[in-house]
Amino acid sequence: MLLQVVDLKVKYGNIEALHGINLEVKEGEIVTILGANGAGKSTTLMTISGLLRPFHGAVYFDKIALHKKPAHEIVKLGISQVPEGRRVFDTLTVQENLNLGAFTCKDKARVQKTLEWIYELFPILAERRSQLAGTLSGGEQQMLAIARALMSQPKILLLDEPSLGLAPLLVKTIFQALKEINRQGVTILLVEQNARAALKLAHRGYVMEVGHIVLADSAENLLANPEVRRAYLGGK
Amino acid sequence: MEEFLQQFINGLTVGGIYALIALGYTMVYGVLKLINFAHGDLFTIGAYLGFTLLTSFGLADKIGPFAAIAVLALMVMGLVAVIGIVLERAAYRPLRNSPRLSAVVSALGASIFFQNAVMLIYGARFHVYPQNLLPKIALNVFGLYVPFVKILVLVASVAMMVGLYVFIQRTTIGAAIRAAAIDQGAAKLVGIDVNGVITLVFVIGPALGGLAGLMVGLLYGQIKFTMGWLYGLKAFTAAILGGIGNIPGAMLGGLILGVVEALGSAYISIAWKDAIAFCVLILILIVRPTGLLGERVAEKV
Repeated sequence: MLLQVVDLKVKYGNIEALHGINLEVKEGEIVTILGANGAGKSTTLMTISGLLRPFHGAVYFDKIALHKKPAHEIVKLGISQVPEGRRVFDTLTVQENLNLGAFTCKDKARVQKTLEWIYELFPILAERRSQLAGTLSGGEQQMLAIARALMSQPKILLLDEPSLGLAPLLVKTIFQALKEINRQGVTILLVEQNARAALKLAHRGYVMEVGHIVLADSAENLLANPEVRRAYLGGK
Repeated sequence: MEEFLQQFINGLTVGGIYALIALGYTMVYGVLKLINFAHGDLFTIGAYLGFTLLTSFGLADKIGPFAAIAVLALMVMGLVAVIGIVLERAAYRPLRNSPRLSAVVSALGASIFFQNAVMLIYGARFHVYPQNLLPKIALNVFGLYVPFVKILVLVASVAMMVGLYVFIQRTTIGAAIRAAAIDQGAAKLVGIDVNGVITLVFVIGPALGGLAGLMVGLLYGQIKFTMGWLYGLKAFTAAILGGIGNIPGAMLGGLILGVVEALGSAYISIAWKDAIAFCVLILILIVRPTGLLGERVAEKV
């Protein structure tokens, strides 16, 4: 088991946002977490990345306990997150954003190799490398956010709503890129509101509602599940 | 014309000092969104530490005036940086997740603490720097009279600024500081130790502020425990003028403020010197609140 979340409970002030989450991601998988706004999807990812502290439960990565480690050490272990709303460093150039993505890597040759792979994945970023990130379009910023996260050569990539606010065509491009990234051996944990696209990409999925996981199944079964279809896929 | 150039150079010298102090304000604001009101007092501490080290070791007699000043500058910068780290740990870190106003009140408290500590240790009188330290030579060109100490202050402050600029713009650590100033959460997610960045900022800012204190001591020869208030306020004005949070802005703002102040006091009245500086502040707040180099990047959704 690459990533294991055990009975995770997280509070914002006095309000409990996660009421005991259990989930697992195996090496090489694409796993998606579906759910409405406020279900606790982002909270889950933020807790895995160490930006939030759980008051109960644990997160294990390759048997290493993450829930007591500071965020920057978690990145070093091989967990990288593409945060919601992209959050690229807007007054830095594309190249500087990517360099910072490799902040934890000291091996220059490997960084250069990763950079070449990323430019192959998103050729537009190579064209815009000396441009300020804030001047990129929404889709390009999302590509940059993913590329920046990949620069640390993670074993697992956490993505929080990569399709948010993007045109359908761009969503397709991003999801194709995710498939390619996974094919290259990076495990993916994807939080999405675009349930159809996410389930088509993923091997397995979890459905969250107000701080609980209410369903866990293979992606095909979830796509066929009448409850899921009614609540998340807009079908009958 | 000579008068103008003379005042211009005087202004640049003082402006360089303002700029060094302003960098501390602007860097801390950039990363923590906090005005470190104790920064002016770190400047005072720099001036007093310089005084103590200068008078108690007799360095100048042993290793010559230039080496003595270099050693002195390094010691002052190091010591004030340590005080800066302690300040951040004691007064700001415990309030990191509190409302912003709490940290501001804590900063004011730290300022009062430092000012009174200096008064208790050194007394409330003026202290006078040894005057025979630097060679009494002066540059005399085109009818301009520039004493050596002014050249030294100007060159040193410009060198510090260039060095800092290169460090911030060209190195990975510099980029990490800029990233933490833009978005702390995102910086953590790429593996930057944001607490480490904040500590670094509280090393660089106070070191430069302390160096500025030493420069004022050497330049004017007279120091007082309340001197940090006015210099701090002027440097704060300079930081606003350049665009708070913007590092080249603080440098530019400091130099401009120094020159405007020097020219104003020469051509209007020396009595209006401080008023002119603060008129600049009011004017910039009305006309361009983001400051000269304050940047606005269009937000894309």
